[in-house]
Amino acid sequence: MGKILMKGNEALAEGALIAGCQGFFGYPITPSSEIAEYMARKFPQLGGIFLQAESELAAINMVYGAAATGARVMTASSGPGISLKQEGISFIAEAELPCLIVNISRGGPGLGGIQPAQSDYFQATRGGGHGDYRLIVLAPSSVQEMMDYAIEGFDLADRYRIPVMLMAEGTLGQMMEPIYVREPVKPAIEKPWATTGCAGRSPNIINTLHLSPEVLEHRNQHLQRKYDQLQANESRAETFMTDDADLILVAFGLMSRVVKKAVIEARKQGIKVGLIRPITLWPFPDAIIKEAAEKAQMFLSVEISMGQMIEDIRLAVDGAVPVDFYGRIGIIPNPEEIYSEIIRIAEREGF
Amino acid sequence: MDREEQVLFAGFGGQGVLSMGQFLTHAAMGEGKNVSWVPSYGAEMRGGTANCLVTIAEEEISSPLTENPMTAVIMNRPSLDKFEPKIQPHGTVVLNSSLVDRLPERDDLNVLQLPVTELAEKMNNPRGANMILLGAYIQKTSVVSLDDVMNNFDVIFKGKNPKVIEKNKEAFLAGVEYARKNWK
Repeated sequence: MGKILMKGNEALAEGALIAGCQGFFGYPITPSSEIAEYMARKFPQLGGIFLQAESELAAINMVYGAAATGARVMTASSGPGISLKQEGISFIAEAELPCLIVNISRGGPGLGGIQPAQSDYFQATRGGGHGDYRLIVLAPSSVQEMMDYAIEGFDLADRYRIPVMLMAEGTLGQMMEPIYVREPVKPAIEKPWATTGCAGRSPNIINTLHLSPEVLEHRNQHLQRKYDQLQANESRAETFMTDDADLILVAFGLMSRVVKKAVIEARKQGIKVGLIRPITLWPFPDAIIKEAAEKAQMFLSVEISMGQMIEDIRLAVDGAVPVDFYGRIGIIPNPEEIYSEIIRIAEREGF
Repeated sequence: MDREEQVLFAGFGGQGVLSMGQFLTHAAMGEGKNVSWVPSYGAEMRGGTANCLVTIAEEEISSPLTENPMTAVIMNRPSLDKFEPKIQPHGTVVLNSSLVDRLPERDDLNVLQLPVTELAEKMNNPRGANMILLGAYIQKTSVVSLDDVMNNFDVIFKGKNPKVIEKNKEAFLAGVEYARKNWK
């Protein structure tokens, strides 16, 4: 089949259906609402459940309950709604329940605005709620990847028994690009832990309260081992022209494509620049950045925030080279703007 | 067409500005080009401002965004005021002269104007103004091939009432005709 033109939010929703998603629980918020609308249209025909909850708090706890039965389920929201969901996400992480949580992100803090931003980076990559936990965080950069990562997100969630967050700038949810629609996937992972009725077996209990400190510590160590494994095996990034680069720009999501164009233009002027695009924001691609820092002179973090990912870059670089920052909020910087910033740095540093 | 063309469509909400962009995006995709369509989104409403940016390229599109489009299709005066300074040097501006009461101040721009609101009203098809403008623009610039557009018309409007499709086609062809006669 040829390509079809789809909006990012719709491609993501269709991707979830392709992955065998059986339930959506959410509360609408711009710029994510098309995901809920798409599910509301599709699920009645497919026999799945679409439920617009009375609040984000209710929605995430419905995800918690439904995921406990072993079904592939999801929710979608934007910054303020994702904040409301944090308590539930912490519970789901400790209960080790697979699910997909989508943040079509906009600028904060507070109610903020509805224009695109990446300022929920800390919230996404540090857990967000209480306790020692992590999410896998995927950052698509195109409408095609909105679909692909939704499918992959469910797979990773099942394999590691972990909530997966897919985070994309509002613009990526709203824009249209032609995509190849993927073939339907049959979820292949057994879920012997699911609460499916205990006839013929002992009950499965899903609980996150551990009053015994020994049990609690044991649980935390168990989770930590899983996170170590994820860091070792699942961190991903795309690199572009980094081999001989003096200056390496780091950007994720739709932002990374804008940066790529600026890099291409700067290369035409003979400036040695490259791009690293983290695909997994957690686990962060430390090793790729650390390796690049052995040859590059400098890094530039480009974000639609006041500077959040830059902290992870600095940790990865570990003092080897300086890390500079360029950011806007509510506005995606244009390629022309990034190009000017590259030229400014190149002139200053003599690249 | 250059290897990459970025076209901005801007006007009042309700003028079909986002639809114009989608139409062009569909048409270019039908020709096998790489395309993207990025809308302004906000608390949009009828009478507010709306715009979208269409990128058409032979190769993979790196950035679907730009500060400086090569072409701007302008449906109202506030959009001209806002976007005129941003169009690339020697770029093209297509104006709805029914609602834009001034010409661009810059002298490097290629200016194409037509009174689409009036033309649409004369055709008794006021909602077809956007299609008239699009027809004229495509005829003049060949950003996509006219034949391909005509062949794909029904595909682009898939799911719409045949009468609606017919009205849009009429308006589009009126624009093509206008450009043939008036834009040498």
